[in-house]
Amino acid sequence: MSIPQLLVHDHADNVGVVVVENLKAGTEMICVVTHDNSDFRLVANADIPIGHKVALKPLKAGDTVTKYGEDIGRMVGDAGVGDHVHTHNCKTKRW
Amino acid sequence: MALDFSNATVKAWRRENGRVGVRNHVLILPVDDISNAACEAVSNNVKGTMAIPHAYGRLQFGEDLELHFRTIIGTGANPNVAAVVVIGIEPEWTKVIVDGIAKTGKPVTGFSIEQKGDFETIRAASWKAKEYVHWASELQKEDCPVSDLWISTKCGESDTTTGLSSCPTVGNMYDKLLPQGIYGCFGETSEITGAEHICEKRAATPEAAAKFKQIWQAYSDDVIFAHQTDDLSDSQPTKGNILGGLTTIEEKALGNLEKIGRTSTYIDAMGPAEAPSKGPGLYFMDSSSAAAECVTLMAAGGYVIHTFPTGQGNVVGNPIVPVIKISGNPRTLRTMSEHIDVDVTGVLTREMTIDQAGDSLIEMIMRTANGRMTCAEALGHREFSMTKLYRSA
Repeated sequence: MSIPQLLVHDHADNVGVVVVENLKAGTEMICVVTHDNSDFRLVANADIPIGHKVALKPLKAGDTVTKYGEDIGRMVGDAGVGDHVHTHNCKTKRW
Repeated sequence: MALDFSNATVKAWRRENGRVGVRNHVLILPVDDISNAACEAVSNNVKGTMAIPHAYGRLQFGEDLELHFRTIIGTGANPNVAAVVVIGIEPEWTKVIVDGIAKTGKPVTGFSIEQKGDFETIRAASWKAKEYVHWASELQKEDCPVSDLWISTKCGESDTTTGLSSCPTVGNMYDKLLPQGIYGCFGETSEITGAEHICEKRAATPEAAAKFKQIWQAYSDDVIFAHQTDDLSDSQPTKGNILGGLTTIEEKALGNLEKIGRTSTYIDAMGPAEAPSKGPGLYFMDSSSAAAECVTLMAAGGYVIHTFPTGQGNVVGNPIVPVIKISGNPRTLRTMSEHIDVDVTGVLTREMTIDQAGDSLIEMIMRTANGRMTCAEALGHREFSMTKLYRSA
């Protein structure tokens, strides 16, 4: 299999991580779930930097963001499938 | 097939108290900030010694003073140190440090500056330092089992790649070496926030879990929320973390905790710079998440090798403990590879398993113990940062 552009920790996650540099909008990404090495395809809607997250499911403001199968915060804006998820639309529940 | 490390040995120094050191430093150790200049003059006079200047040591009191003493004594007592010249402004606190280090059985002598001045102190301390260098440089290494190593961990300038690659690499190393009988250590109290429920479950006993929870809660209440302005998200995650794609403290914490692997459990939760007291195994240490402070505290606890996963490229080192950097971020390997000892970018491209990455880290730990200088050592990173609990009197 080719080198994946997106890795996902757990099947319960609703975000994945871009693991290549210079990912361009419109790229159909090879996505791998590291838990069991299963794969799927997803189109990135923006140029997303390495290390940054992509929504795997439609996310609305107030939704819980799940990564590692755990709660990592809440959406404060909406994100469609393939959109960039970061500090502009996601926030901690802690402080 | 996974490598077998059960009978592995390294060439290292067996100290007077039975502990194994992987470096052979002669330290010129200041008790306080105003003794730094004399220490640096001695280390300039006598090659093969190292002064480790720091910012504090005067007018401290209570728990803060105890931590200062514990950190300085623990640094001198660390098995990576062969002998120590201690210099302080006055004789009494100097003697506290000397007596603390002397319990290890290693050579240590104190000098104080008042009623002598820098010149006379530097002259006398230089003679002693020269004697120690001749003695230490003839100490021979011997075969020591890998299980005698004390290996700590803390990650820095983390990003989402650390939770995917370099942190689980350290976790895999612990899952393999802790059963062999090593001592391990993780910490970064505030950075467990968001994963504290998981950390609590990874305690070996209810007592260790309760101690961890108490330490974590106290740090949250007394440090974080007591001093918080509006939003700690400007500091934790750091700006570097955010550039690397980490969005929240919960996300950072879950990646951080990958460093304790899948099967390892911690047997105790201890205070900053404390030495583990319950035998071989993994320990949690109450500590700041700032790299230099945390590595300094773990070195003072007696750990001789530090494993440091980084995503965006933290460059920290320590004067007495080799800091092994592990990164899986291809951009960091492309732009600042002079800082990275173990390249695990293959984990992200799925060309390397976590099991293979863990083996490559163990091999680098053994090479480092055998004498290979780490990137941080070669580049002169000797950050020695005292943790201060509150203002001095």
